[in-house]
Amino acid sequence: MRIKLEKRAEPSRVMLFATPIVAVILTMIIGAVLFDALGYDGQRTVKEIFFTPVLASYKWLDVAARAAPLIIIALGLSLGNQAKVWNIGAEGQYIVGALCGAIVAYFTQSVTGSWVIIPMMLAGIVGGAAWAAIPAMLKTKFNVNEVLTSLMLVYVALQVLSYIVTGPLKDPHGQNFPQTAPFTDAQLLPRAIGNIIPPGLLVALILMLGFWLVVSRSVYGFEVRVVGAAPSAARYAGFNASSTVWSTMLISGGMAGLAGILEATSQLGQLNLGFPSGYGFTAIIVSFLGRLHPVGVFIAGIVLAITYVGGQVAQTVVHVPSASGGVFQALMLFLILAADILVRYKVRLVRGAA
Amino acid sequence: MENTARLELRGISKQFPGVLANDRVSLSVMPGEIHALLGENGAGKSTLVKMIYGISAPDSGQMFWNGEQVRFASPKAARKLGIGMVFQHFSLFEALTVLENIALGLDRKTSKRDLEIEILGVLKTYGLKLDPQRVVSTLSVGERQRIEIVRALLLDPKLLIMDEPTSVLTPQEVGQLFETLRKLAIQGCSILYISHKLHEIVDLCDTATILRGGKKVATCNPRKETSRSMAEMMIGANLKVIAKDATRKFGEIKFAVKNLSLAKVGDFGTALQDISFAVKAGEIFGIAGVAGNGQNELLKALSGETLAAQENAITVDGSRLGKFGPTARRQMGLCAVPEERNGHAAVAEFSLCDNAVLTARNRMNMLKNGLIENQKSTEFSKKIISAFDVKAQGPNAVAGSLSGGNLQKYIMGREILQNPTVLVVSQPTWGVDAGAAAAIHQALVDLAASGSAIVIISQDLDELLTLCDTLAVINLGHLSKPLKVGAVSVEEIGLLMGGIHDVSEPLHAH
Repeated sequence: MRIKLEKRAEPSRVMLFATPIVAVILTMIIGAVLFDALGYDGQRTVKEIFFTPVLASYKWLDVAARAAPLIIIALGLSLGNQAKVWNIGAEGQYIVGALCGAIVAYFTQSVTGSWVIIPMMLAGIVGGAAWAAIPAMLKTKFNVNEVLTSLMLVYVALQVLSYIVTGPLKDPHGQNFPQTAPFTDAQLLPRAIGNIIPPGLLVALILMLGFWLVVSRSVYGFEVRVVGAAPSAARYAGFNASSTVWSTMLISGGMAGLAGILEATSQLGQLNLGFPSGYGFTAIIVSFLGRLHPVGVFIAGIVLAITYVGGQVAQTVVHVPSASGGVFQALMLFLILAADILVRYKVRLVRGAA
Repeated sequence: MENTARLELRGISKQFPGVLANDRVSLSVMPGEIHALLGENGAGKSTLVKMIYGISAPDSGQMFWNGEQVRFASPKAARKLGIGMVFQHFSLFEALTVLENIALGLDRKTSKRDLEIEILGVLKTYGLKLDPQRVVSTLSVGERQRIEIVRALLLDPKLLIMDEPTSVLTPQEVGQLFETLRKLAIQGCSILYISHKLHEIVDLCDTATILRGGKKVATCNPRKETSRSMAEMMIGANLKVIAKDATRKFGEIKFAVKNLSLAKVGDFGTALQDISFAVKAGEIFGIAGVAGNGQNELLKALSGETLAAQENAITVDGSRLGKFGPTARRQMGLCAVPEERNGHAAVAEFSLCDNAVLTARNRMNMLKNGLIENQKSTEFSKKIISAFDVKAQGPNAVAGSLSGGNLQKYIMGREILQNPTVLVVSQPTWGVDAGAAAAIHQALVDLAASGSAIVIISQDLDELLTLCDTLAVINLGHLSKPLKVGAVSVEEIGLLMGGIHDVSEPLHAH
């Protein structure tokens, strides 16, 4: 007996929806076995990571707050991924976006009107987009692989953050901690509107609808899909691949920057060295788990947010290391990419020799 | 020994998901026989020879080699028994020499010097011309094919399989190939010759096995048949004759290309050199030539995928389009269809609807405020499917699920129904079955009759001679002067394809 992969005549719609679910379930099973082997209670770990945040209603707000940046970033990344433009540096764009917003906040400390939030948001978007413009430029001008450049710029962004919060924007009353001055009341968004929904998640919901319309109905969304699926056909259809690289990079960078400043004003109230939280990287998983579809991304964002919150629960309850949440997230990406083959291929058992 | 077949197949079947590619096929090839395997695309020819050459295994049936039952487990095993194969698509490294390429494909280890002596021996025996030290990228397609033939001959084959060997050759090169094959046959080598070009089979082969829909429909002696009778056996229906109005007249010049030059792209591209021609309303203008002489570059330059240096290099109805991209050119009435269906003319993963949006979105008013009106693309898609009799599960079927012929009909329909002023098509019936090819040909003739100017770039000379009013030959990126179809001989065109220009002049010079 041997296993044979057979190409399907058409990609399977069932598998398209089933594989992300299978990937999540397999992640739980493999994770449980893995942590058992490491000497922890694997079953309990899985329960705390995946189920406690869902079952305990007091964790819901926390999940929602963490889902917001993941979804906003992943919406942008999915657009680029559809065009096969791989922006791996959303984490850097997230940081730079937040920094630009914080710079606006620094200069508007005396403003009392809450309209000041708007220039802060715009600065966040522009900052993230500008950071993503660097790999876009290198790609279109010199054909440098955007995976490498966007990733490397994350580490540059970390250094810039550390310079700014320990230098020019350091809080004069902060007892020398590496942090900016707290945002003024006018510069803050509520942690949760009406104590129900974090403002970021509301933005994510609106953006999801917008991206959905663009991807499924607009000529631009069509262009992005053609460029990703068949570059020659795109040229033949009159679409310019360079401009697609630029637009998808700027949009995904802008989304990451927006997520950054939203997080800073609604959840933290200032910037400090602990600001980078890996959302930019996790959003890559969200994008693929959500099948690059805006609605899928929204659901996947919540799933990944659950693992963030659950990872913390498991740390305190099962005493697993803090990296455990990350292990589960990485497993999930690995499995969703591996399961992808089932969409285009059928697995058959064949009798006889190889 | 005389009466034992070299190769005999009995009841060979092969099932693929959704199709029975071979259905109890039997045939036998005698020593020294040139045996044609004839059939349309998708008739199961390739599937059958792949099993003979050990690439895949039959689901049922038996194979006999010199009277003994065998199983060809792998191409290596098949080669060991003395089966050689020359594929339609060559597997050669462009940057290596002929000798290096042959050395790479050999199962045994030999020193380069010994191999070169062997190669020269084979070349001499069969009167083939080829320099083992030349780099492949500098060779013509005919010469490249010779490498593959030499590669097969080095094994001293008892059976040589040739898969559509003439599709890339000039008429003269075809003549040379046939001489080689005849020599081989006289020395006792059997040849299994796969083709759908009937006059070649009449010319060359002793026996023909005709496949249709995976089944053997007949075995016949081609010399006792006509091309027409074999064609009808092959397609299982009466051949349609293209209806062309004999009294047709041309109008004004619709499409003019003037001094179009383009530098070559990459190491193995072809530069376009000072190409000029003009096509009138109602005229079908053919561009003949051996593959790789700049046809792809020319198509891209005309479609707008590559821009010209001068605005006036390309004009449609007097509008200068040289510096316009594909979208603008289409809006001005210049539509194009490239040779490659999958990934160029169509996106295989997309639905037929989405593939309609690809090129027809502006001309067929599918857009409103930057959004695509799905209803309109669906309607247009349905219209193409019914007008061109495309066999598909509907406008939402994925393009990749259609057979080559049906997808080609869809693509041609998509452009023709946009009613372009000028239509440029490359290889419109490449790999398309005879029924679909006839439908496409008729549609092109009808479009011309309605007053459009048409340019057909093709390597199939028969196709061009049937359809075109005027014809020019492209060789090394250089376009010959236009020739009137009917007033020019196949030999003359063949010489132009081989790069010899102004054939008539040397005759008068001395």
